[in-house]
Amino acid sequence: MSPALRIKWCILRTSIAERLAYRGDFAFATLVRFLPIVTQVFLWGAIYKATGPGDTTVINSYTYGDMVAYSLLVMVGRAFSSMPGLTTGIARDIRDGTIKKFLIQPIDMLDYLFWHRVAHKLVYYVIAFVPFALVFWLCGNYFRSWPDNVTLIGWGLSLVLAFMIGFLIESLMGLVAFWFLEVSSLVFVYMLASYFLSGHMLPLDWLPSPASDVIRLLPFKYLAFVPAAVLLNKYDHQQLLIELSLGFGWVIVLYFLNRLALARGLRRYSAYGG
Amino acid sequence: MPIIEVCNLAKHYHVYQKRAGRLASLSGLFRREYKQVRAVRDVSFQIERGEMVAFLGPNGAGKTTTLKLLSGLIYPTSGTATVLGFVPWQRDNAYRKRFSLVMGQKNQLWWDLPAQESFILHREIYAIDHAQFQRRLDELTDLLEVRSLVRQPVRELSLGERMRMELIAALLHSPEVLFLDEPTIGLDVVSQRKVQGFLRHYQVEQQMTVLLTSHYMKDVEALCRRAVIINEGEIKHDGPLAEIIDRFSSVKQIQLQFAGSEIPADIERFGRVVERIPPRVKLEVPRQEIPKVLAALLDRYTIEDVGVQERPLEEVIAELFIRKGSVAPDQGDS
Repeated sequence: MSPALRIKWCILRTSIAERLAYRGDFAFATLVRFLPIVTQVFLWGAIYKATGPGDTTVINSYTYGDMVAYSLLVMVGRAFSSMPGLTTGIARDIRDGTIKKFLIQPIDMLDYLFWHRVAHKLVYYVIAFVPFALVFWLCGNYFRSWPDNVTLIGWGLSLVLAFMIGFLIESLMGLVAFWFLEVSSLVFVYMLASYFLSGHMLPLDWLPSPASDVIRLLPFKYLAFVPAAVLLNKYDHQQLLIELSLGFGWVIVLYFLNRLALARGLRRYSAYGG
Repeated sequence: MPIIEVCNLAKHYHVYQKRAGRLASLSGLFRREYKQVRAVRDVSFQIERGEMVAFLGPNGAGKTTTLKLLSGLIYPTSGTATVLGFVPWQRDNAYRKRFSLVMGQKNQLWWDLPAQESFILHREIYAIDHAQFQRRLDELTDLLEVRSLVRQPVRELSLGERMRMELIAALLHSPEVLFLDEPTIGLDVVSQRKVQGFLRHYQVEQQMTVLLTSHYMKDVEALCRRAVIINEGEIKHDGPLAEIIDRFSSVKQIQLQFAGSEIPADIERFGRVVERIPPRVKLEVPRQEIPKVLAALLDRYTIEDVGVQERPLEEVIAELFIRKGSVAPDQGDS
């Protein structure tokens, strides 16, 4: 293994060990994250019942079953793209000077944070796998058909994109702390905006033009909508390739914005906190 | 050839000045006042390989800022510096593999994991050969007496044990230059001595170049021969530690123990009384008058014990800092 890979592997291994240090709290937090999906399923049930006669009602081309399937897949997408504590962690490190460990050691800060986050996600998936599987088994009837192999591969790639774009957006917000120090309001605004713009609240194909045209150009749709839409066969193979390519383009853009923010931020960094 | 070369280094900050009160808070949303703080101004010095130099100064003097500049944490406003031939703020990996920075108030170990996990990560980051790593880890844990603690989560270690682990993490890759920023801050006397003893031994053995800041003069006296004194961002003294007393203190102390239980009432005419615990007294007397004063005292009183000593370094330096900016030698210094 090359030295660079060995460092990544070691960060990954150490981060996993760290994540398991508070296994009770972590397991509880993981399980609690399933509660919103239960409320969402009941909420959509109530909406569809109020709109028409139960299972046959269609809202914007989504039946109740489609909506449950969409909500479940959005939950999976968010499990990849949400990065709890990343932005505030970077901001705290900048504010209190803990960032120094990344600057004095021969290590790349963004690379380190990336593998640290990969470790957290891996532990999360291992713990959440059984509850996820149970929920999908219970709701299996809401999925129309088993997707073909290309769609399955596309879905896997869209989840990787969800992780990368989620990481890069939140790390970029954290780096804003080089200028503003406190970013909690920014995090709040981002949480609100991404809830809507990512398709977490409503499927993005429900939105009218021109709002939907603009929102579809933004990277936020990759955080939840795109992975769900891929597995629900909303894209044919050609559209799938285009969406994934655009997502990859966003990864490149966000990566360079992160690099730029880090380089510029370090130039004005004052190493507060002793 | 010097390992550390600093030439006219300066670092200025713009610091937000907030007035008290709600109205001021509101107006601060639209218009802010900034003050330029010159943390380091025109600092120049050189340090040779294997030297252990104390960097002294009161709080806010510019010591830590200088260390931050030399370790590449921040960019200077002007001036140049090279360490091991590298410009620190370019953060070259080749440079970062050859120095270490330990800050007594910051830790780089993983809080929830045993220190051993952090050490293994350091082994990979610094590409240390496995056998060499194990040898060095054994040596350092033995010297610092923490071998039995490396498998205990860092959060469960005492402050002194944690500091020793931090030192190990900083030294595993055998840095040629070590910046120590108050390494014994908050430690009890026993831990302080352990850290001092270790640093003295290890620095000599490894011929490491060390720049140390500390408010504990015991650290400084135990470890360093040379001291650089900085105040208000400027260097006020650079030379042997022993020279500080000669240069900045024009007085010596005479300790007397009188026969009987009393101190003579007119003792103050011989010098300034700095301590009075009958029948003992401590006087401060100008250096050049010591022989004359001693002769007069011995002639006039029955004295059981007598001693002449320099003022403690701590006192001289404290006085030096209080004078703020006007660090000129005392009149009549040698």
